[in-house]
Amino acid sequence: MIAPPAGLLPTALLGAILGLDVVSFPQAMLSRPLVAATLAGALNGHVETGLVIGATLELFALETLPFGASRYPEWGSAAVVAGTLFSMTEGLETAMLPGTMCIAVLFGIATSWVGGRSMVLLRQVNGRLARRHIEDLAAGSSRTVIGLQLTGLAADFTRGFVLTLAALLVTIPAQMAALSHWHTAPRESRAVVVALAATVAGGAVWRLVHGVPRAQWLFLAGLLVGLAALGVA
Amino acid sequence: MTARADASPGAATAFPDRGAALPLGLKASIFLRLLAIQASWNYEILLGTGIGFCTEPALRRLPGGKGGPAYRAALARHSQYFNAHPYLAGVAVGALIRAELDGEPPARIERFRTALCGPLGSVGDRLVWAAWLPLCSMLALLAFGLGGDPWLVVGGFLVLYNVGHLALRGWALHVGLSRGMKVAHALGGPVLRQGPQWLGQAGAFVGGAALPLALARVIGPGRTLLGGVVIAVMAGAILLTRLHGRVEGWRLALAALAAFVLYSIAR
Repeated sequence: MIAPPAGLLPTALLGAILGLDVVSFPQAMLSRPLVAATLAGALNGHVETGLVIGATLELFALETLPFGASRYPEWGSAAVVAGTLFSMTEGLETAMLPGTMCIAVLFGIATSWVGGRSMVLLRQVNGRLARRHIEDLAAGSSRTVIGLQLTGLAADFTRGFVLTLAALLVTIPAQMAALSHWHTAPRESRAVVVALAATVAGGAVWRLVHGVPRAQWLFLAGLLVGLAALGVA
Repeated sequence: MTARADASPGAATAFPDRGAALPLGLKASIFLRLLAIQASWNYEILLGTGIGFCTEPALRRLPGGKGGPAYRAALARHSQYFNAHPYLAGVAVGALIRAELDGEPPARIERFRTALCGPLGSVGDRLVWAAWLPLCSMLALLAFGLGGDPWLVVGGFLVLYNVGHLALRGWALHVGLSRGMKVAHALGGPVLRQGPQWLGQAGAFVGGAALPLALARVIGPGRTLLGGVVIAVMAGAILLTRLHGRVEGWRLALAALAAFVLYSIAR
């Protein structure tokens, strides 16, 4: 079994901490892919490659903001998985090895989907626990209130740890197998991922701002500025 | 702190410990608990237990102390169903603490608690999730696209986002504690009312600029593919916008990516 340079357990621990940040504590957006994947890259000795995969996943994550009680992918642990996979194979930002970004993003999004499902499950468990203690809650038991909060925190931390560890155990060998049979050129492979990411992000930004006065024109103006800056560079 | 104009004299003598006059250590404890307000979030009572958890340290100051009848009755009231944006839940926590310590009638507190649910959810969603978070995220992507150092990009994002995040949480608790059941006026303030629009406009411009630059850095040196990618992105984004509500882009992308990976392995 090939393990991340930092080891499976420290990486899973990072996934647990960042998974906890998504909802339970402290929601400081340490769990955003841009941050989580960069931290995973840094943990495994390649901070820049972590940032690149983090920025790519951030483009997808712009579409899934945590509104109200909606169900959304869990990006914290997932970005740790993707950042680890990418930094294990890519090494340098400019290396551009065939298929590495495709595989890391694919497994990152898949993990975020499983992570989202695990959060739903956790919320159902929390609900069952609250229902079981409904009489104690109605009696104003501080022990019950504090116990439910601490149980929720511990369960969410465990969820993130197990999710990250399981995802790494499955995806590291799968990545190795897929990359050994990869036949598409590196730049085309990466362009497909980036096009998908930016398509999702473009649609998400447009939807977020379409109801805001003048925002559509500002978006187009920004786009022109960005393209002009690219032309200058 | 001003005393509540409509608090009965009897209540004022029975409960002399006004909310905003709470010791700093107690306020800090409530603030820290607010960071974990969603720890037991569930589909049954949503934030309910979290509200009870955050108000609990202040409720110990009710007559009879921790475990007394007033404490237990108040904690039971606040551990029921509640919904709010987590960053603005401090308004409710502060106001409910203040109402309890001011000796407001329980029925009035419960009506007030019910009335707070809706506004605190929708105002927070529009301000934070739909405006502040995307703006900070796109500023970070812009810094990334401009070639920013990893720690600068990530550190800048975290500092910027959390200045707003923690300020909002702190303001919410302060407003709740100082205004008690008169918080409605504060929720109509210009930042909460106009903020989403201003942030949305800034986010639109930054997002437009950030997308091509971030795209270029991820694709890497050499621009032969960039033009094609930009055109594909625009077409795809328009399609996704048209499909809004019927399909989520990330699910489509996951399927497309899986198909491409299979193609790249099998061909």
